[in-house]
Amino acid sequence: MSAEVHSRGSIRRRLMVQLLLGAAVLAIALFFIVQSLARQLAEESQDNILAAAVSAILDTTSVRDGEIQLDLPYSAFSMLSNISNDRVFYAVRFGDDFVTGYSDLPVVTKDDSFGPWFDTTTYQDDEVRIVTAQRRLASGETPLAVEVTLAQTRDGQRDQLMWISQSAAALGTGFFVSVAVLALLAARSSISPILRLTQSVSRRGPKDLRPVAAPVPHEMVPLVAALNSFMDRLKNSLTRSEEFIADAAHRVRTPLATVRTQAEITYRRVEKDENRASIREMIRAIDESSRAAGQMLDHAMVTFRTDHLEQQAIDLNALAAEMIDRLHPMAELREIELVLEQQGAASTIGDTILLQSALRNILDNAIKYSPADSVITLIVSQDAGMAHLTTSDRGIGLPIDDAERLKSRFARGANVEGVIGSGLGLTIADEVARAHGGYLTIANNSKGPGACVTLSFPLQ
Amino acid sequence: MRFLLIEDNMSLAKATIDRLSLDGHVVDHAECLADANGFVSTTEYDLILLDIMLPDGDGRSFLKSHRSALESTPVIATTARSEVSDRVGILDLGADDYITKPFDFAELEARCRAVLRRRGGNASNIISLGDVRFDSLSGTLEIGQDTIHLRNRELRLFEVFASAPDQIFSKSKLLDRLFSYDEGATENAIEVYVGRLRRHLKGSRAEIVTDRGLGYRLSIK
Ligand SMILES: Nc1ncnc2c1ncn2[C@@H]1O[C@H](COP(=O)(O)OP(=O)(O)OP(=O)(O)O)[C@@H](O)[C@H]1O
Ligand SMILES: [Mg+2]
Repeated sequence: MSAEVHSRGSIRRRLMVQLLLGAAVLAIALFFIVQSLARQLAEESQDNILAAAVSAILDTTSVRDGEIQLDLPYSAFSMLSNISNDRVFYAVRFGDDFVTGYSDLPVVTKDDSFGPWFDTTTYQDDEVRIVTAQRRLASGETPLAVEVTLAQTRDGQRDQLMWISQSAAALGTGFFVSVAVLALLAARSSISPILRLTQSVSRRGPKDLRPVAAPVPHEMVPLVAALNSFMDRLKNSLTRSEEFIADAAHRVRTPLATVRTQAEITYRRVEKDENRASIREMIRAIDESSRAAGQMLDHAMVTFRTDHLEQQAIDLNALAAEMIDRLHPMAELREIELVLEQQGAASTIGDTILLQSALRNILDNAIKYSPADSVITLIVSQDAGMAHLTTSDRGIGLPIDDAERLKSRFARGANVEGVIGSGLGLTIADEVARAHGGYLTIANNSKGPGACVTLSFPLQ
Repeated sequence: MRFLLIEDNMSLAKATIDRLSLDGHVVDHAECLADANGFVSTTEYDLILLDIMLPDGDGRSFLKSHRSALESTPVIATTARSEVSDRVGILDLGADDYITKPFDFAELEARCRAVLRRRGGNASNIISLGDVRFDSLSGTLEIGQDTIHLRNRELRLFEVFASAPDQIFSKSKLLDRLFSYDEGATENAIEVYVGRLRRHLKGSRAEIVTDRGLGYRLSIK
């Protein structure tokens, strides 16, 4: 009985996706932060060097006879070439005159501060960082500004940035991968109490409706509490239905027993034949109702129990011996001998009460449909992975043309004449056998009269 | 025979008492364990029918507390359910057999007979009929040195005759006692069994006599 379960989403997957998305965002952010910090640092250091170089050049300037004197210091350029092999451009202007250097080197637009002023621009097809600084020199009456512009290409810096980017990317990827592994572990460990609970519930037998006692994380307490209360209700309702079935049989049959006794007492008193005949009919009808009520409720019990089948190891030899013992007095009433023939060990897995019910019904048939003073054999055997319980009687035998029909509900043979029955015995036996993965075979004895009915169950 | 019926369901109890009385048995009825304790301590019974579920307790506790007193009295437990778990407990505690309520009287009779035969019981079940000693428990006739084992129906038939020697029993009355209502046995069947009994009794002073048109009776010469 496994109803289809609709599943939507997976906690583990959702947890993983969320953790991985978070990790990815963090990794990318990490990458960009590292990259921009590195760029900022590289730019700052270039700017510092450029500023130092430009002020070193400015320091060497002086005015003599209205002419600008300038001695480009080697140290200034070696400072610059320290960074890399980037090309360096310069231009010196005095007042409005161009003095030396690259005359087309652009000048940084100056604001109100004292400088130096920085800019990034393109010069000779290369991106350059450019700095301009001024110094006022006294020349005649009015001091004139000497202005030095220094530019440096940024190839080295770009290489460095590239390297830093790669490192940052590797760092981000590493971060992502380790977070992914951690996420996997976290998802697994947070899901494991659920798996443990599932296992402990699914390992239970169908009758095991005890509350879950093992400790669970407190987030799962409401779930387990709900489960426990559900099982409690289920247990109550199962007990109630089982009690109802038993009780119903009792309720129906008890008044019938009273009526039957009264009828029997009357029957023994009455002398007239037609009165006796009608009372006999009455008793018969009562017996029939009582039997039908018993069998119907037995059948209900079987249906009910097969819905959640118990799984016990059952020794079929012991079961058969017990049943023979139990039915012995009934057989004796009609001087029928019950013989048990055990052909080696045979056991199966299932519900003892159901197996007893099935066996009782086929033995009951054998007794009912056999003549007085005959022998019924019950054989316990096994072959090819199946255990068999076979009753063989010397009775009236089955109507052979529609033997299979007799397994259906309320079906009775045309050969039963006055024998009381409700036609549920073989139905019960058949349902029990099939619920256990076995089958019921009904046939007539190959030699001699009588029927041969076999219950087969898978061997344990 | 003297029965003690411990049963709280009045209508079932009444039916059982009526039915057992019909066959000539004496039945005391206890509705609860307290009553039952009183009966058991004052009277000796041949057989006790014990309901397992009683208003003032579990029939099993009765079995436990009276185990020694009940040593010689067989007990058949009656249960409302055919639960194995119940049954195992019942048989372990010393009941001799169990029967599911409400029972078929043929089944009850058969079980009583089986239990009594197995356990012996208190009753002196030997009836002397002339030179025939009839033991209804073991189902034997002793005639001189010979012991004859009666089969089930022979025994039940002979019980009827032995319970009232010289009383005439019609064929149809005998038929009712021997066969169930659905067996469709005819009066010929009675002739067969009477014939068998006559053969067993041959050479003794007991004889089954035919009263033409009326039936049969047991007569002792
Ligand atoms: N051993 C047998 N010998 C002859 N006929 C049998 C035997 N077993 C079953 N049948 C036939 O199969 C029919 C169905 O059997 P089943 O046990 O289902 O019902 P039932 O015996 O009539 O009633 P109940 O439910 O009271 O047992 C019987 O009516 C009878 O005709
Ligand atoms: Mg049947």
